[in-house]
Amino acid sequence: MKTIEELMAIKQKTLEKMTVREDQSGFTRVVVGMATCGIAAGARPVMNAFVDEIEKRHLQNVTVSQTGCIGMCQFEPIVEVFEPGKEKVTYVLMNEEKARKVVVDHLVNGVPVKEYTVGAATK
Amino acid sequence: MYRSHVLVCGGTGCTSSNSGEIIAELEKQLKEKGLENEVKVVRTGCFGLCALGPIMVVYPEGCFYSEVKVEDVPEIVEEHLLKGRIVKRLLCEDAKHDESGDHIKTLNETSFYSKQERVALRNCGVIDPEQIDEYIAFDGYQALAKCLTEYTPQQVIDIVTKSGLRGRGGGGFPTGKKWSLGAANQADQKYVVCNADEGDPGAFMDRSILEGDPHCIIEAMEICGYAIGATEGYVYVRAEYPIAVQRLQIAIKQAKEYGLLGKNIFGTDFCFDLHIRLGAGAFVCGEETALMTSIEGNRGEPRPRPPYPAVKGLFGKPTTENNVETFANIPQIILRGADWFASYGTEGSKGTKVFALGGKIKNTGLVEIPMGTTLREIVEDIGGGCPNGKKFKAAQAGGPSGGCIPASLLDEQIDYDNLTSIGCMMGSGGLIVMDEDSCMVDIAKFFLNFTVDESCGKCSPCRIGTKRMLEILDKITEGKATMEDLDKLEELAHYIQENSLCGLGKTAPNPVLATLRFFRDEYIAHIKEKRCPAGVCKALLNYYIDPDKCIGCSLCARACPVGAISGQIKSPHVIDHNKCIKCGACMDKCKKIKAISKR
Repeated sequence: MKTIEELMAIKQKTLEKMTVREDQSGFTRVVVGMATCGIAAGARPVMNAFVDEIEKRHLQNVTVSQTGCIGMCQFEPIVEVFEPGKEKVTYVLMNEEKARKVVVDHLVNGVPVKEYTVGAATK
Repeated sequence: MYRSHVLVCGGTGCTSSNSGEIIAELEKQLKEKGLENEVKVVRTGCFGLCALGPIMVVYPEGCFYSEVKVEDVPEIVEEHLLKGRIVKRLLCEDAKHDESGDHIKTLNETSFYSKQERVALRNCGVIDPEQIDEYIAFDGYQALAKCLTEYTPQQVIDIVTKSGLRGRGGGGFPTGKKWSLGAANQADQKYVVCNADEGDPGAFMDRSILEGDPHCIIEAMEICGYAIGATEGYVYVRAEYPIAVQRLQIAIKQAKEYGLLGKNIFGTDFCFDLHIRLGAGAFVCGEETALMTSIEGNRGEPRPRPPYPAVKGLFGKPTTENNVETFANIPQIILRGADWFASYGTEGSKGTKVFALGGKIKNTGLVEIPMGTTLREIVEDIGGGCPNGKKFKAAQAGGPSGGCIPASLLDEQIDYDNLTSIGCMMGSGGLIVMDEDSCMVDIAKFFLNFTVDESCGKCSPCRIGTKRMLEILDKITEGKATMEDLDKLEELAHYIQENSLCGLGKTAPNPVLATLRFFRDEYIAHIKEKRCPAGVCKALLNYYIDPDKCIGCSLCARACPVGAISGQIKSPHVIDHNKCIKCGACMDKCKKIKAISKR
């Protein structure tokens, strides 16, 4: 390493990998239901798809975490998105493909994917 | 990318309570569950709350688990990492918002951390000390880059001077002044030395910094080298700190690989090389001239000053020596400015100070607070007070070279000058808390015993004088002393202070003088009344059975190892004081009835 630019490049690259350790207030939280029902319905690949897509798009200030049974087991895998200052959005019957779309539409462009939400599913 | 990071404390405290095995089990369990690519395990440095170790923090939730055992690991993996349910029973009490533990506080919201201001310890328990990239991510080596490319050596010294940073090893000498003295002397070779020979019993901040953030010491030593014109540095660290030594070795290797240590750093003319020297743990080697003598390969003995190390130090060359914690502040001062650093603290003592809390206190561990915080805040708010509801009696600051601060001075602000004015000293920042059950004469004896052991023997005041003082203290605690002995003790103490060669001897009488100042009545009780008010000094104690309370169960008589207790069943027993060895076994057995007391 001979320049400050090289140092800053390493800093930036490492920081992206360390965002989970930051203070999470002000972050958008993607919470995946990971009780037995959720896992059985395929919540794990859904969660991994979220993590993967968020990394690929270098999204800052977004964390993926898990929770227990959300209570509507017939709709698993369920994913809740909490954005600071906004109402939570609950996505149901998720799969990998849908997860990637949610990242693009909702997290990147700020438009929730209505047809995947619990509201649409129970209509 | 890992969706979750599990930070496990890998400091000496938690390692000795098995955090190494916890990490191994964690990795094994994660593998079994197929989570090894989702969850990252990070071995960090010390979190500071050693009393509750082993400590584990799980991100992104920021969940603070304490006293984790190897057996708890499967549950943490299954429940928290797989299913996302926090294991409430392992949550640190302080980290719960309410009884249920449904809502958790982040680390910085807990009462232990909220009053702290972490500068020297900022990366401890935050980064993986064995990954240079993580140090760089948290602004590592940026201060060095800034110095080399933007500042002249003189400007660096000016910033350090302006910050008001003073030596954290004990003396409190202004660091900027030390550096400018080092820069002023011309020589073909100069040296930077880092004093990591932390010898005070009860102090472990230097160890924790080396274990938790070794790169910041390397960076700071390079900055110092640039400022004074030195191209070589030595870290003198005691061999009994194996984790610190190992992490420092790894850090040096990584820094060299990145070209952040070695030749033409950041493409400039500045070159710097760093060596580690292991000490055998002699207390006197913390004294700068003895330390340098030891690095040179000789027996660690001090030599008279002047010439000061800045003129004639290591291998006869100008040398600038600073303590680990002092160095740890440097990169932050450069990056955030002298004014930022000086905004913390008091008139004469700027910045923050790390204290190692130990003794009779609930939250044993490391705390970093702004200078000028009161002892009460440290002991009661951060430290959680004395355990079992006992009353605070005094705190020993500065280890065997310092003195005690009595309860009457709890609201005293802690800084260099204030501590000196009450006959105490900052020392390296060991803070040993004593409660009402501690005998101050016994405490003074303990510390003096340490210095007698550690005196290198070169000068007579220290070698012979401290031994004589200890003999007088022995007499006092055995109830054989007279008031003349007390006068002699004081006279001797002052003589040793004035005539010893180095800091070890000069400060050795401090614990005695400080306890004499604040607790003279305890000394007098030992001498005149042959009584130890705290009930510690065995020779002055006798155990008694209260005949009104004793029910004659004979439990005590059966527990007594020397058969000193006699009496008929169902009638009061008595202790034969000629036979009694004062082991206290009888009192332990009589817990229910409480018929036995010592006085």
